[in-house]
Formats: sequence, structure tokens, C-alpha cells
Amino acid sequence: MAEAKFIANDKLTAWLDELSATMRVLAPARQGDAVVFVPYVAGQNVELGQEATAPPKSTVFPASEDLLRYDYRKNPENLGQVDVELFPTITPEPTLVFGSRPCGARGFLIFDRVYDGAKYKDPYYLARREATLFATIACLKAENACFCHSVGSAPGDAAGSDLLLTPMDDGYVVEAVSKKGEALLGSSLFTAGKKKAGQAKKLREQALKDMGEPQDFGPAKDKLLALFDDMGFWEDVSAKCISCGACTYLCPTCYCFNITDENAGLTGRRVRSWDNCMSFQFTLEASGHNPRPTKAHRLKNRVGHKFSYYPALHEGIIACCGCGRCIKSCPVSVDIREIVTKAMAHQPPAVEEAAK
Amino acid sequence: MTENPKQSPLTANPYLPEIGTIIETIQETHNIKTFRIVLGSEERMQNFHYEPGQVGQLSVFGIGESTFVINSPPTRKEYLQFSVMRAGEVTTKLHSLSKGDRIGVRAPLGNHFPYESMKGKDVVFIGGGIGMAPLRTLLLFMLDNREDYGKISVLYGARSPQDMAFSYELPEWLERKDMETVLTIDREAEGWEHKVGLIPNVLLEMAPKPKKAVAVTCGPPIMIKFTLQALKKLGFKDDQIVTTLEKRMKCGVGICGRCNIGTKYVCVDGPVFTYEQLRELPNEL
Ligand SMILES: Cc1cc2nc3c(=O)[nH]c(=O)nc-3n(C[C@H](O)[C@H](O)[C@H](O)COP(=O)(O)OP(=O)(O)OC[C@H]3O[C@@H](n4cnc5c(N)ncnc54)[C@H](O)[C@@H]3O)c2cc1C
Ligand code: SF4
Ligand code: SF4
Ligand code: FES
Repeated sequence: MAEAKFIANDKLTAWLDELSATMRVLAPARQGDAVVFVPYVAGQNVELGQEATAPPKSTVFPASEDLLRYDYRKNPENLGQVDVELFPTITPEPTLVFGSRPCGARGFLIFDRVYDGAKYKDPYYLARREATLFATIACLKAENACFCHSVGSAPGDAAGSDLLLTPMDDGYVVEAVSKKGEALLGSSLFTAGKKKAGQAKKLREQALKDMGEPQDFGPAKDKLLALFDDMGFWEDVSAKCISCGACTYLCPTCYCFNITDENAGLTGRRVRSWDNCMSFQFTLEASGHNPRPTKAHRLKNRVGHKFSYYPALHEGIIACCGCGRCIKSCPVSVDIREIVTKAMAHQPPAVEEAAK
Repeated sequence: MTENPKQSPLTANPYLPEIGTIIETIQETHNIKTFRIVLGSEERMQNFHYEPGQVGQLSVFGIGESTFVINSPPTRKEYLQFSVMRAGEVTTKLHSLSKGDRIGVRAPLGNHFPYESMKGKDVVFIGGGIGMAPLRTLLLFMLDNREDYGKISVLYGARSPQDMAFSYELPEWLERKDMETVLTIDREAEGWEHKVGLIPNVLLEMAPKPKKAVAVTCGPPIMIKFTLQALKKLGFKDDQIVTTLEKRMKCGVGICGRCNIGTKYVCVDGPVFTYEQLRELPNEL
């Protein structure tokens, strides 16, 4: 990391005020039991002590966004002719996401490989991605569902962020990770942080040690495929699931979507909205055939995609950042770690011949 | 938006349809209608490159988009032809469109038939119902490059004579000396002069030789299942059988995550697969 600064606790609000004067700042705020990212307005309370319930996914990939607007127009020359005109609506707004955790920012690295593909690029996503900065707070204490260290990350991981903030007793060490992050360090509210940077690094390393031994999910890639036809296994691990989809909506790495039209007379919008593979409709074909007819088939795809298919396509990278949100928010406590662990340990029922 | 004229609009914004105009419609059967569509300008039509087997998304703005095979071959570029079977909302709305209506087109998408590796071989087409649409593209393409291929046989089956699409060109296929065409319907019908019987049985009667041959088949799952058994009986190997897959699609460009079978996305890695490739895929058809 390049530059390091320090900001004292009592200057933090002033810094946020400064930042929000030049761009949209989203910061976590408490709403009842949940912590969610909301547009920061001067003086607002910011909840930095707890991982946000919903990740900052919607900042770059909104739950619902227009892809285009269309207008039907009668041709004045020829009244029998109706023309249609399309208006793509790509409207990124310079945004700083303040106070997300490493897992939330890192989620977009999983998106990037798909949305910034070799053949097709998603201009809506890329415009927002380009316009969005992340000032991430390192976690000094992992929560009980966290397992980022088992999927190639760490509680102090700076990948995908522009600034990394490490909490100290009296303030934060603020380190630039990217060029864009460096540009945010000009404020006179900062003091020099170079000396404290070493201590911050130690704190982050300690946080990682405190998480204990990471689990090796590497073998899951082949093992999940080997279990593909073992529906008994999948029925067993999905027995509790009620197909609510909360796990995917709260996941920083789930990126699937639907496209629908919303009509209003002669004009309308083509809208992209989050969709999820845990729902029956996701793969239902016009003929009525559904290749994933049961929740067991659907959970198999969700786990398989994250721990097997995506890694197979993307250099072994697991499409899960270990944030634990799906575990914490599942109403019936389905635990993706347990499923993958079980799959890796699963032995096909012993054939009697072999036992002899 | 400023666009590089050399870049296909689809690559610049893969979600943005081009506006096409329907120049002709053909009511093929009671539930299949064909649309002949031209894009923007003549120049655009000439510069529109695609391969046999590729698909497009057709849009009716306000209802949505659905995926259909471009069933006119790239060797005939006056228009793009799509044949649409009425199945749900978009297809029902499409059926109400007629000449002069505007339509959104996102194409070409997906992979294509391996026509290069089929050169010098005999080709057996086996199509059932609307499944004849993708085969038509490849067939016409091969007829336009006739010298590149060996014996060409077509077996096309439908429920009844009224369910046969492309009836306007079937007489020509039947007459041509450089191909063999067999038509079949499920049950006897008045005035029907061709075969009666299910596709797999008629195929066994035709008994195409597997040596240096490729079979290309598309149709309803149940037909495919028995056709496959018949082809095996005739000695065709899995890598000599080509088919196309259907999945519910949205983006068509490998991003929305809807159409995967394990690591493969039908919208970019397909829709064309050999049976050998299908055997490698997880069992999720
Ligand atoms: C590669 C490929 C090539 C194809 N080629 C052709 C071709 O050449 N010709 C052809 O006729 N067909 C073709 N198809 C099939 C065609 O794409 C479908 O028949 C078509 O998409 C049906 O669209 P629809 O909008 O009319 O049906 P829909 O209205 O989408 O509905 C179908 C059914 O899906 C369900 N459904 C849809 N939307 C929702 C929702 N939001 N929530 C809940 N349920 C929902 C409903 O059960 C509905 O009855 C092809 C498909 C693929 C994948
Ligand atoms: S799968 Fe669960 S733990 Fe992994 S990134 Fe998604 S929500 Fe977090
Ligand atoms: S949150 Fe839990 S119950 Fe809901 S779909 Fe996910 S696994 Fe199933
Ligand atoms: S249709 Fe979107 S990934 Fe295939």
C-alpha cells in the first residue's frame, strides 16, 4: 500500500461531510435490527462497529435498474406506421461506499470476471463500477459466521477497495490501495499515518490469526460435480430450505438477473432486476419443463456454481467471499460451509463387495 | 451514444436491441408463424455476420424478449427469418405482428453448427415440428455450398399435414436430385402421399449409413430420445450426432446466469452440442 494517513475519531464526521460535498457517499446506518448502506447526509449517525446486514452490492448492481426506455410513436407521414425509439439509460453517479467490509468490496472482483468478460461487457455495470470507490474498514474481530480466510481472503484484505481503514483506539489508519483512493487523502483533517501503519498491519494479521485454521475448499470443485447425480445427498442438505431466496439477495457475489418490460401507454422501460437460482421460475421453460424442478436441484446449483463451476472457469477462484450473510440471514439456518464440508467428506454408500 | 461503426452494436451494449422491420409474415401452421425481418439499412444487412445455428432475441417492447433461431442461412441475406411457435406471452404477442411492424432484434447470439468439420461427409437431418427451424438454416447453407458435402438426407416429421412448417419449399426439396427428402406424419390423413409413422421408425427404414456421416437432429425431447436410440442402432456414434439445446434465457450473453448446465452456458457455449459433448455435461437437461 502506498500512502498512509491517520484520522482521529473526532474528525471522522467532518471528513465524511467533506467527501459528501463532492460525491454521493453511502455509509452504513442502523435501521432497527439491520445495518444498511444509505446516502450519507451531514451529521448523520454512521454504524461502523458491525458488518452491514446487506452488503454494498446494490451500489454497483442496483436491485432494479433501467436498461433502456422505449417510445412508440405514430409516424406523422404514414399514420398506419408506428415507430419505436430506444434510449439506453446508463447514468452512473460518482459514489463512495464508506465503511463496507473487505468481503463486501471484494464481491465485485467475482462480478468483474463475468460482467467484464472477454466477449461481452456489461456497460451498465462497468459504468457504475468505474464511478464507485470503496473506503473499506478492516475487520479486527471476525463474526461467528465469517470464513473469508477459507475462500482466499482475510479480514484485512484490501483487494477490490480503494482505501483501507484500520481501526485504532483513537482513530483510523487510512491507507490508499488504488490511485483513485490516493486522491481522497488530500484532506487537511488527516495527520501523518506512516508510523502507525506498521501497528495497523499487525492488528490485521492478528485478526486473521484469531480466525483459526482456514478450511481448504479446493477439493470441493471436483467433489460437488461427482455428487451431481446423488439427489439423496442434495435432498438431505436442502431439507430445511424454504426457497425464500434471502441467501442470494444478501450475497455480495450472487449476480444473476431478470429482464422485464414495464409499460405505460406508448412508453415504457426495460428493467433489469435481481433474480435468483433458488426460485422455481428461474429455469422454468415455456413448455412447462423445468430442468431444476425441486429445491434440492436449485440448492445444488447455488452451491455448485460458487464452489465448483465458477472456480472451474476462473482459475480456481471461489465465487463466495466468506461473508457469512447467507448463514446469518437464512430463516432456517442452512449453512453453506456445512454443505460444502459435507460434500467433500461424502463417501458413496460402501458397496458390500468392497467391504469383504 | 457514439458507436464505433466497425464494432457490432451488440458488442458495445449487448442488451440494446436493433430496430428491425417485418417485411413479410407467413402463417406456417395454426401455432407457428414466420417473420422475415430487415435491420436498419441495406448496408447493415450486408454487414450483419452470423453463422448457421446462431440465435437471436426478438423483442416486443412492453412485453419482453424471447430466443429464436435465425432460420435463414447467411448465404441469403435479403432478410433474417425467424419461425415462432406460440408458447406464452411474448410469442403470442409476436403472432399479432404483421408486415411493416417494428421489432427489436438482438443477434447473433450463441455458437453454430460445426459445418466446417462436416465437409466431405454425408449429412442426415432429422427434424420434428418446430425443431425443423434450426435445421433449415444449416440445410439451406449446405445446399448453397452443395459441392462441399456428400449425400444429404432430410427426414421431417410433424403431427399432421397441417402441422408442417415451410410447406412452400417442401416440393422443391422433394424434387431435388441432389438430396433425399422424406416427410412423415403421425397418423393417416386424407390426401397425404408421404410416410406415416413416428420419426424414429421412419429413420430406421431409411437406414442412413453411419460411415463418414453426421446426423443433425432437433425436436421435442421425447422424439430426440427415441431418435437417438434409432441412430445408435444404425451405428452412429455420439460424436456423429449434433443437436441444439433449449433453456430459458434472458441475457443471451452469458451474464444473467440463467442457462447454465454446470460450467457451460447454453447461450454462449451452445445451443449447438454434439451428443459426445452432452454426455460430458452434468445431467441437468
Ligand atoms: C436457443 C433457443 C432457440 C429457440 N428457437 C426457437 C425457434 O426457432 N422457434 C420457436 O418457436 N421457439 C424457439 N425457442 C423457444 C422459445 O424461446 C420459447 O418458446 C419462448 O421463449 C417462449 O416465450 P414466451 O414469452 O411466449 O413464453 P413466456 O410467456 O415466457 O412463458 C412461458 C412460461 O414460462 C413461465 N413464465 C414466464 N415468465 C414468468 C414469470 N415472470 N414468472 C413466472 N413464470 C413465468 C410461465 O409458466 C409461462 O407460461 C428457442 C429457445 C432457445 C433457448
Ligand atoms: S455464499 Fe454466503 S458466505 Fe458466500 S459470499 Fe454469499 S452470502 Fe457470503
Ligand atoms: S435463505 Fe435459507 S431458506 Fe432461504 S432460500 Fe436460502 S437456504 Fe433456503
Ligand atoms: S441467458 Fe443469461 S447467462 Fe445464458
